[in-house]
Amino acid sequence: MRNILYIIEKEFKHILRNRSILPAIFVAPMIQLIIMPLAADYEIKNINLAIVSGHYSSETQHLIQKITCSGFFKLVKETSSFEEGKELIEKDQADLVLQIPNDLEENLVKEKKGKVLIFVNAINGTKANIGATYLSSILKTYNLEFIQKEFGLTNPVDLRYSNWYNKFMNYPFFIVPGVLVTLVTMIGAYMCALNIVKEKELGTIEQINVTPIKKHEFILGKLIPFWIIGFFVFSVGFFFIGMGIYGIRPLGSILLLYLFLAVFLVAVLGLGLLISTYSQTQQQAMSVAFFFMMIFMLMSGLFTPIESMPNWAITMAKFNPVTYFIEVMRMVVLKGSGFADISGHLLKMLGFAIFFNSWAVWNYRKTV
Amino acid sequence: MQTVIHTENLCKAFGDFKAAYNISFEVYKGEIFGFLGANGAGKTTAMKMLCGLSIPSSGKATVAGFDVWTQTEEIKRNIGYMSQKFSLYEDLTVLENLKFFGGIYGMSRAEIKEKSQQLVHELGISQFANRLVKSIPLGWKQKLAFSVAIFHNPAIVFLDEPTGGVDPITRRQFWDLIYQAAARGITVFVTTHYMDEAEYCDRISMMVDGEIKALDTPENLKKQFGVETMDEVFYELARKAQRKGD
Repeated sequence: MRNILYIIEKEFKHILRNRSILPAIFVAPMIQLIIMPLAADYEIKNINLAIVSGHYSSETQHLIQKITCSGFFKLVKETSSFEEGKELIEKDQADLVLQIPNDLEENLVKEKKGKVLIFVNAINGTKANIGATYLSSILKTYNLEFIQKEFGLTNPVDLRYSNWYNKFMNYPFFIVPGVLVTLVTMIGAYMCALNIVKEKELGTIEQINVTPIKKHEFILGKLIPFWIIGFFVFSVGFFFIGMGIYGIRPLGSILLLYLFLAVFLVAVLGLGLLISTYSQTQQQAMSVAFFFMMIFMLMSGLFTPIESMPNWAITMAKFNPVTYFIEVMRMVVLKGSGFADISGHLLKMLGFAIFFNSWAVWNYRKTV
Repeated sequence: MQTVIHTENLCKAFGDFKAAYNISFEVYKGEIFGFLGANGAGKTTAMKMLCGLSIPSSGKATVAGFDVWTQTEEIKRNIGYMSQKFSLYEDLTVLENLKFFGGIYGMSRAEIKEKSQQLVHELGISQFANRLVKSIPLGWKQKLAFSVAIFHNPAIVFLDEPTGGVDPITRRQFWDLIYQAAARGITVFVTTHYMDEAEYCDRISMMVDGEIKALDTPENLKKQFGVETMDEVFYELARKAQRKGD
């Protein structure tokens, strides 16, 4: 116990004196947490739309107005030539081209029937997909209104939406807790792995190995400082940025989040320790840690929902500790879930913690 | 004379390669024991086994009365070690290094404080006491590393090429520290490539190709080989080596 305290004291001195690590731990995550939710927005706006129509009847103008008023589209060009519309897509200036035939109004009046055509630039799949969906939903509403007007019918089924858990579909409410989790993960696994490997590089670990410090004392002495720093970064991110800047008001218990964080940090620090036992240089440790971080981030459901991934990816995501913490964060913060709701997640996280740490301790050798 | 290191047919093999073979010798309390050999002769391998860093393949050895097979933790408590790579913490101050290493060897905070002040005073480095180790001159760092290695008053201190890269005057001062430690009853086990330093040792062993080929006082070794200097003794023995140094 005494030895552990001496090591912790020494570690904090190393960390606080390192001018390049210190900002990486405390400043960079905060900047990321402020910037990323603003930039990485799910909502697709500013979809570039070109309209091809040779004849502007009142019906056509009414339709165009409906589309532009929705706020999702930017009308880049109105043209009478289909060729020009095609060229706009080819030059990547338009995401969608809507072709309205010249005789739309005529057909609507005479035959109560008309046709419009949408061309989609599918290079950016997400944007194209969502854009086409928005556009067709506007056209659907237009259809309904037309039917109501012409045939004097009312909607048989009146459709209304109510957004639960995130009433105004506030994007940062959804993304900030997730980004915070990935930042805590980075600090845990990355910094911890680098710290231990640095002692290997400098040769000071050899000195440690001839002292009576026991394996578990060394490991705990190394992990505890980063465990504390993880708590600190999480708290600053959660209270100052999440609640302060983005106005997130967690519905569930913050203590519950801290309980989960405590176990989660043990798991990712264990991973960091594991990486360090297999690396001889900081460069090796960084490459390996970076590989895991990329997978952890992209396959955690942070940006893209896990449910829409292919089956093999869903299976992989289940072996990603970050997935569980992001889920728990969203459940507790947005839904107000309690201990019973997240106990399964907590149990799995305990499993990760035991797995990574046992492997790391097994692989950490004091003797050569 | 009290024996503090005793080895009998100690071997270490890595696969087919016998890094150290049938090593047998004794080191007595308060002695300065020189451990010589060309690069790759197996000195570091042998030393690591004695420090409890490496488990032998076969043979027997005790260090400070503890068995290298079963009591490595007890050995570690009773030895000091200074590696050829400088291994104090550069981003801690002199006093902080002393505090850390004193602490993990079980010294009390009061004892650490008192002995630190005493040490800084004796070495005449009061002006460096609160400076980061990376900012003090190399010669002082080496002397400091040695002082840290014997700070907890171990029975034996192992020095692995401690004077690499330092000037002759500092080396001389370094050896003064070694004599002082030996006079206090600390046994010194030192590897070196400087033959003038070999002359300073009470007894010397010469390793060639993983085996000890000679062991005696510098005087007797020179007589035995009929030469004038330790340089020549080293040359006589080392040139028979089959292994290429690394």
